[in-house]
Amino acid sequence: MAWLMAILQTLLFIALAPLLSGWIKRVKCRLQNRKAPSLFQPYRDLRKLYRKQPIVPHPASWIFRAAPYIVFASAVLAAATVPLAAIHLPTARIADVIVLVGFFALGRMFLVLAGMDVGTAFGGMGSSREMTISSLAEPAMLMAVFTLAMSAHTTNLSQAVNFVLDTGLVLRPSFVFALGGLMLVAIAETGRIPVDNPATHLELTMIHEAMILEYSGRWLALIEWASQIKLMLYGVLIANIFFPWGIAQTFTVNALALGLGVITLKLAVLAVMLAVSEVLFAKMRIFRVQEYLSFAYLLSVLGMLSHIILEAAR
Amino acid sequence: MDFAELSLYSQAVLLLAGLIALTSFLMLGQSRLVRLVLVFAIQGILLAATTAMVAGVLDFPHLYISAGLSFLLKGILIPVMLHRMIYRLGLHRELDTIEHPARVMMGGAFLVVFSYYVSLPVVAHSPLVTLNAIAVSLAVVLLGMLLMITRRQAVAHVVGFMSIENGLFFAAVVSTYGMPMVVELGIAADVLVAAVVFGVFFFQIRESIDSLDVDRLSKLTEVDKP
Repeated sequence: MAWLMAILQTLLFIALAPLLSGWIKRVKCRLQNRKAPSLFQPYRDLRKLYRKQPIVPHPASWIFRAAPYIVFASAVLAAATVPLAAIHLPTARIADVIVLVGFFALGRMFLVLAGMDVGTAFGGMGSSREMTISSLAEPAMLMAVFTLAMSAHTTNLSQAVNFVLDTGLVLRPSFVFALGGLMLVAIAETGRIPVDNPATHLELTMIHEAMILEYSGRWLALIEWASQIKLMLYGVLIANIFFPWGIAQTFTVNALALGLGVITLKLAVLAVMLAVSEVLFAKMRIFRVQEYLSFAYLLSVLGMLSHIILEAAR
Repeated sequence: MDFAELSLYSQAVLLLAGLIALTSFLMLGQSRLVRLVLVFAIQGILLAATTAMVAGVLDFPHLYISAGLSFLLKGILIPVMLHRMIYRLGLHRELDTIEHPARVMMGGAFLVVFSYYVSLPVVAHSPLVTLNAIAVSLAVVLLGMLLMITRRQAVAHVVGFMSIENGLFFAAVVSTYGMPMVVELGIAADVLVAAVVFGVFFFQIRESIDSLDVDRLSKLTEVDKP
């Protein structure tokens, strides 16, 4: 029963990810006074791409063919570890944040290799940029996670959520800093606006799109879907660690329905915040990204320091 | 006593202390003068909020006066004066170069650790809960000094100086719940006068060396000797 729940939750996660990016697009269009596409447009795009035949460039090796599946599989595995609507699932045993970062790194590595595999200039450029950014973002994210771990005494997501639920409302300075750091990292890692523009296809500044320029058909669909899952993963991570109230702790129908409704609401609010920040800020120059990410790192370090200094037991 | 068992008010005071430290770091990394002054104003407002919170819970009505005073002076009046001066001197588009920003930030983090280490024995001798924040106030003082060291613009020096004063005021609020009213009023008047005098100085410096870059004050001649 519990395993069934875990599988169901993962499937739900995967199925809802395109809906979230559709919602973000819709809010953004509204804010920019444009006519918004339907909420289900990402599903239609994925279906259209899935029906098309993928084209393989001549110099491509097996990496190019395997990468979409590995990227998608690592995103699905990562989604399986994060508690979406309920905690105490059997997958909680592997729901460690460091495992999660490892899944992200695995998917990213194959995406980067695939970008370089064909040997086009764009692919190599995108790959090198992606690696630069992730090498700066990963320490900031881990530092934020360690800040949480110092309060919760665990890096297990399920137990950390449980800890926050148990202690109730506590205004921890370290959590505020970690939240800020994690939000900045999430924006950088999912390629949203101040760092990368998800809506562009032919520009010198693009990062994610540059790597997957050679992909088409169902492979492109898999990669797009994986990046939508990744965006939702970060959203769920932020919502459930810092504001876990409402998440289901028992497997009754009422609790699960409440958990699902609450997480949908939280994600919708986070998406509105993301859309507003994307409308307000312009894309940064690529050389300023390291300043942005070092600020994220600084926030995480301050979080850790404030845990030691301000939250010391008296 | 664990942090989670403190009253929400003490938690809020400590949270505000963390945010004040954050504004100090933001000032350290801000190269545009207009934004530097804005962050300084935010620090002043956070400081006033902390003071008002302490006043409200402990029922010290005289702290309300100093909260209002610091809100008016450090949150509004001095930032507005500095802002106007920046526009009148035509510095609002100028970028103050920060050499090695990452190193400055790391230095700032080190200063926080240092002030924590220094204040440990002080904290150990008192039952006061908010005293944990004394390390933060010391860090704000040191970060203000670091800001003065790393900048060349005279305006940035003034902001650094005022932020040192903010740190001292914050230390007084969290450790002894405010200084005597006479002292506080005196300091407030001093800070206001200092702001005016600094304004006069800006124009003096600019007239004599045609710039506000204080690095050029270390030379005696206008022409570089071969």
